[in-house]
Amino acid sequence: MASGVKPRVKVPKTAAAGETITIKTLISHKMESGQRKDSDGNPIPRSIINRFTTEFNGENVVDVALEPAISTNPYFQFDAVVPEAGEFKFTWYDDDGSVYEETKSIKIG
Amino acid sequence: IASITGASAYASLTDDAIAALTGGAEAGEGAITITAPEIAENGNTVPVAVDAPGAVAITLFADGNPTPGVATFKFGPLSASRSAATRIRLATTQNVVAVAKMEDGSFQMAKANVKVTIGGCGG
Repeated sequence: MASGVKPRVKVPKTAAAGETITIKTLISHKMESGQRKDSDGNPIPRSIINRFTTEFNGENVVDVALEPAISTNPYFQFDAVVPEAGEFKFTWYDDDGSVYEETKSIKIG
Repeated sequence: IASITGASAYASLTDDAIAALTGGAEAGEGAITITAPEIAENGNTVPVAVDAPGAVAITLFADGNPTPGVATFKFGPLSASRSAATRIRLATTQNVVAVAKMEDGSFQMAKANVKVTIGGCGG
């Protein structure tokens, strides 16, 4: 039911082995909190992304549980270690059961 | 317009939520920092950053929101620094509380007061 969901991720293209890199992620999502009412005074049901995870070559970097207090278009910034060349996998889990995925590969250089 | 008394209306909910997280254990201070603006013009999107070296997880609470929980960050083996930044909603002027669970099972807590000009809960 959430429409126009588009993940965006910023990861460096290369890193030195063992280097720490900063990752920024954003996904367009209205994050309906469940607290608002429509023009008739009826509560608008909650519809948010409730979990976000990042993995690198299958190993966990961060696992975030989101509550309705996270802003529209959830944004996260965090640091990851890059032990080898490989692929970051980002996954967002929607209340409606949708799963959004994005991958970014990184080279050692 | 945000009243001081209104801000604490939900504070006990936050105390309960923190007690549920720590199991009633006393949380220390000093090994965790929380960075938030002193004044947020728009409560719909308030930038918040937390940093707790040695933490396995950090949970954020907002003690003036209708529901206190904001987010929980769990750090995996490839997390470089035990820090993260995000943007949160604040309904009114209130404290943002960060509770970190450390590797030895103890807890660390930090608070930041944020004055909110326009509330972020659509109401």
